[in-house]
Amino acid sequence: MAFVTPSSAAEKNYDVIVVGSGAGGGQAAYTLTMDGARVLMIEAGRNYDPRTETPMFQTTDMAPLRASGTPDKPFGFFDATIDGGWSVPGEPYTNASTDKSRQFFWWRARMLGGRTNHWARHALRNGPYDFKPRSRDGLGFDWPISYDDVEPYYDKVEMLIGVYGMNNGLENTPDSPEGCLLPPPKARIGELLARQRGRTLGIPVIPIRRAVLTRPLDHSTIPAKLHPGNARAQRIIAEDMQNRAACFWATSCGRGCSIRANYQSTTVHLPPAMATGNLDILVNAMVRSIKVNAAGKATGVVYVDKASGAENHASARAVVLGASACETVRVLLNSKSGLFPNGLGNSSGLVGQYIMDTVGANWGGQIPLLENLPPHNEDGAGGLHVYAPWWLYKDAAKLGFARGYHVEFGSGKGMPGGYAPFTPDSDGRTSFGVPMKEEARRYYGSHIGFSGRGEMIPNKDSFCELDPKVVDKWGIPVLRFTWKWSEHEIRQVAHMQRTFADWIEAMGGTNKTRPDPDGRKAIAGGGFVIHEVGGAIMGADAATSVTNSWAQTWDVKNVFVADGAVFASNADKNPTLTIMALAWRTADRVLDEMRRGNI
Amino acid sequence: MDRRLAIKWMLAAGAGAMLADPFALGAPGDGQAPVPPPARGYGTDPDLMKPYKPGDYWPLTLSEGERRTAAALCDVIVPAEAQAPSASSVGVPDFIDEWVSAPYPNCVKDRTTILDGLAWIEAESGKRFGKGFADAAAAERVSLCEAVAPEAPEGSALEAPSKFFRRFRNLTTAGYFTTPVGMRDLGYIGNVPMATFDGPPADLVAKLGLTDEVKW
Repeated sequence: MAFVTPSSAAEKNYDVIVVGSGAGGGQAAYTLTMDGARVLMIEAGRNYDPRTETPMFQTTDMAPLRASGTPDKPFGFFDATIDGGWSVPGEPYTNASTDKSRQFFWWRARMLGGRTNHWARHALRNGPYDFKPRSRDGLGFDWPISYDDVEPYYDKVEMLIGVYGMNNGLENTPDSPEGCLLPPPKARIGELLARQRGRTLGIPVIPIRRAVLTRPLDHSTIPAKLHPGNARAQRIIAEDMQNRAACFWATSCGRGCSIRANYQSTTVHLPPAMATGNLDILVNAMVRSIKVNAAGKATGVVYVDKASGAENHASARAVVLGASACETVRVLLNSKSGLFPNGLGNSSGLVGQYIMDTVGANWGGQIPLLENLPPHNEDGAGGLHVYAPWWLYKDAAKLGFARGYHVEFGSGKGMPGGYAPFTPDSDGRTSFGVPMKEEARRYYGSHIGFSGRGEMIPNKDSFCELDPKVVDKWGIPVLRFTWKWSEHEIRQVAHMQRTFADWIEAMGGTNKTRPDPDGRKAIAGGGFVIHEVGGAIMGADAATSVTNSWAQTWDVKNVFVADGAVFASNADKNPTLTIMALAWRTADRVLDEMRRGNI
Repeated sequence: MDRRLAIKWMLAAGAGAMLADPFALGAPGDGQAPVPPPARGYGTDPDLMKPYKPGDYWPLTLSEGERRTAAALCDVIVPAEAQAPSASSVGVPDFIDEWVSAPYPNCVKDRTTILDGLAWIEAESGKRFGKGFADAAAAERVSLCEAVAPEAPEGSALEAPSKFFRRFRNLTTAGYFTTPVGMRDLGYIGNVPMATFDGPPADLVAKLGLTDEVKW
């Protein structure tokens, strides 16, 4: 196995081409290669090695502009993202409307491992309700699969990547079987206070689940559970697990992790996949389309080698798209042929329809009880330790909106960075001098910020299509977005804001103003939360969906989707763990279909 | 509180969920066409392992006089104390120069505010004390800052100077509290590898009437 060039890739016959190297592509490539399939992974960005490229202990004064966010690095200089953001040079997208509230903002990361290098590592399972939302409230779509279908894959993914958390037995917040989870870290002081006061509002606060190793993975028992009957795969993953260190309780996960303590595709999926000898990786290669023969079977992909600008072709028995929801849509729509004039998989006309993001809103406050606390190290696991899962399932009828949200909140004495003010400037006066420094020490660590993360219901006004005029720098037609939040999301945000303000008061803080009751003012724009899914939704029949329950396109049976594009709903739970579980399941299906000679 | 302030507080909290706001960063506003990369920014793939200092990516542009005024103002905002040095002695004026010289939208916007403000404070010092701000006596420098510290009414003569002072103060504190010295001064003691994470000290938990005894 190796990183290959376009010419060497062209000489080989692959079983499967995997487009994309993030959570979906990485998991698909892992599962396929561990079971012996020969895979070519094609990534649009450059190679990236977290072991040598992660700024672990650099302080912000070592970076330009104190590492604060810029259009070049929106999450700050040390964020792991390379060649990414809401705009990528040379790779535009457009919006049909000039009204900001009707626009979608598309985040991409052009690098090996994609967004998994910088993600928050929040690894929540969808619950049973989340696969059958229409059956519960008549809105959106049911998935053609249930929680029971996905559960074994959640188990396996958790054991493979390493997830901390615990079982709390809460409604629609699934527990994991014994042996899946790692112990959660202790809560920080602000998290404890939020938990105590949240209880008075009926809000449960429990350990969050994050893909961070709080202790080394159990390499002696897990491999046999992941790959029963496959001694070679067991040996490879057992060895790789021993090369991942547990968290040393410092540095933010958003920078990536050189000791491989958290999940990134580049540190968890790709090294063992490469060790099988079955994985070739082609970087800096932008897939343009899938090629289909006269019989309606995919034969491979057409891609642009970014270094030379030349168009190339690679062949395989099957193609798995894990390019990220909207990029997968783009490849499908650009795969026009005589047989499929509207794009591949698009007989239903639904490719690009029902794009969803997570509903987001923020509110923050200052908590006098947390002032002047003695210095202690609150770095922890480089992200959240606790959160509040959605708690009002029983109140659905009286909320005025469907579905719900979970709450992520951050507090504590994190590493000072960016241009954050350290003083509250009471009475509007700008403090300075020794009194300012005293205030700064007093208030540092006494703020809490809440983020609601809620479910959006798919709607007909949120979609993407090919722009009829605009192409990227390689001449590939780009996506044009249309976006609209429904009243459900708007009202949900108003509920979030009220809850957060109440919570701050319950913690003894005061709100300078109460939140605006109009959720439109607070709702984050489409794409801001970077949880876009949908666009090639799975379903029970070919007329109303793009793929079947195995994420296999109805139209072309050797084309599969291994990313968020197949989501038929977007639960409040962060999508990454579900993407991985489904990608594993889909890769199993690819292997089955190949064994049976169907593809 | 508006969303941007909430986001700043999230950033201040440090441990918070990752958040960025494309509008606040000056990313493409209308989504019709992406803003071209800044002519002389660090680009989308800078070497993250290398330590940088102001001036490495784009030239510093404050004049000698402006830097002198800025340094003096920095030190009124963060003066030397027994346990901690002043802002200018840990390079904060270099950071402010880097900031106002940078090609990014936020910085370009601040550049006008800061340059106009430095000119105003220099002129005002001449008017009040008959000498430049950096040459004024310590008490004179403080008294001038006192004049612009309150929030000035809209349309008043001090509106722009007071806005400048707030912005300059924020840049100074951001610059200072992100240095190793400033982080220590603030009480940040992380960024060190540890074998275990033990949570907050037990006596602190008890003092706040909290409990971490729930089994998790």
